[in-house]
Amino acid sequence: MPKITFIQPDGTEQTVEIAIGWSVMEGAVRSLVPGIDADCGGACACATCHVYVDPAWAAALPARSEMEETMLDFAQDARPNSRLSCQLRVTSDMDGLVVRVPTSQH
Amino acid sequence: MPEQIVIIGAGQAGVQAVQSLRAEGYTGAITMIGDEAYPPYQRPPLSKAYLLGSFARERLFLKPDAFYREAGCELILNTVVTAINRAAKKVTLGDGRTLSYDKLLLATGTRVRKLSCPGAELAGVHYLRDIADVDGLQNVFKAGTRIAIVGGGYIGLEVAAVGAKRGLDVTVFETADRLMARAVSKPVSTFFAEEHAAAGVKLNLNTSVEAFEGKEKIEGVRAGGIVHPADLVLVGIGVVPNDMLARESGLACQDGVIVDQNAMTADPSVFAAGDCTRHVGREGVEIRLECVQNAIDQAKHAALAMLGRPKTYSEVPWFWSDQYDLKLQIAGLARPTDQLVLRGDPKARKFAVFHLRDGAVAAVEAVNAAPEYLTGRKMIADHIKVLPEKLADLSIPMKQIAQG
Repeated sequence: MPKITFIQPDGTEQTVEIAIGWSVMEGAVRSLVPGIDADCGGACACATCHVYVDPAWAAALPARSEMEETMLDFAQDARPNSRLSCQLRVTSDMDGLVVRVPTSQH
Repeated sequence: MPEQIVIIGAGQAGVQAVQSLRAEGYTGAITMIGDEAYPPYQRPPLSKAYLLGSFARERLFLKPDAFYREAGCELILNTVVTAINRAAKKVTLGDGRTLSYDKLLLATGTRVRKLSCPGAELAGVHYLRDIADVDGLQNVFKAGTRIAIVGGGYIGLEVAAVGAKRGLDVTVFETADRLMARAVSKPVSTFFAEEHAAAGVKLNLNTSVEAFEGKEKIEGVRAGGIVHPADLVLVGIGVVPNDMLARESGLACQDGVIVDQNAMTADPSVFAAGDCTRHVGREGVEIRLECVQNAIDQAKHAALAMLGRPKTYSEVPWFWSDQYDLKLQIAGLARPTDQLVLRGDPKARKFAVFHLRDGAVAAVEAVNAAPEYLTGRKMIADHIKVLPEKLADLSIPMKQIAQG
């Protein structure tokens, strides 16, 4: 299974295995990664699973959908490398992906 | 600080309470009791991706088993609570055990409202509330099957959309003159009616089901004096709160367990959160909400109140529904007297209906329109006033409109 690393605002790192086809958010929740609230459970309805993708990876990921784009537009402290982790579907190419968790989802 | 917290109900509100209690520093015992075989799971996907078959069961669970271990939460599943003895601060379980509590949280949710018409007990009449319901439905949810859906609300229409997608022959019966009448405004009802019709779903509005016909299993639905042949029925006519335990223990209930704005009942040791509660909403009116948002937010407030740090619950309610490729997102609670403002064109399959009250945004219904939904939600929370003509003007971006 692809391994994905989450980095907390305080620098703590946690690397978790996520099954192909699952979302990065689902993998984070399943491995108890703090700071990924995912209130809506992955319906792209709440913008509480916001992460920052490591710049080295940003271009390698599938582009944001229009819905994700607009949801992020309103997320707190969104940046060019922001993603909603519920919309990032894990593929074999994502092994080694690094994402940072924001300070707050609300 | 309490030392023994018991949570009745293992759903979205219950699991949020566990998480919040620990996050707020509670170190005592937590026991959560659920009457289903499964640990807390998400219900929204049941009528959507899970029914479609594109979502494995293990993905429904809200938390991994490790969460309960690490949180020190004892999870008692497959078990009903038969009584609450508030004087002794004990609950009795179906297996005869009793548990003591310092603080008790009722997070018992709802159960489906059942139809009582003739034939209601026939095989082939389904309801949709839990995993077992969908697994049962799944066995007969096959292309070519004629499904009659009773109720044109969220559940009925989500199942209709999945059915149409999977090649079932879908007919919907709704007693009201429009779809989702309880949840959305007329323009949104009309839009969804057109979308369902375009997908081949037959809609019968203003039509009450009189009986289910069939010898051993369902063969037809009698409505408006006509028998519509059907192989399968799905009833989605709403839910009723599970407030019997509270009622029997002498707590005030009225279509839900009555709680204040801190999720507390009249008994300072008993709290309630989620779909099972009736509470004074942020607009000062008593409401009972059926949504993930309320389960999460009210449970957070209940956790704070249980720890002696009550904080008024006043979050804006929000809801969503997925039908076909349409995402309906709603924030706030509309009233019939609100002024409606349409932003965008339904024909573009991307629009929003704003509800203005005293010049301020009170609710928004957005179809494939996340900026309108998100901005609207924030404007509702902040009581932002805005001119209707400005709101309707697509050339002004929502970010600018958000300033009022």
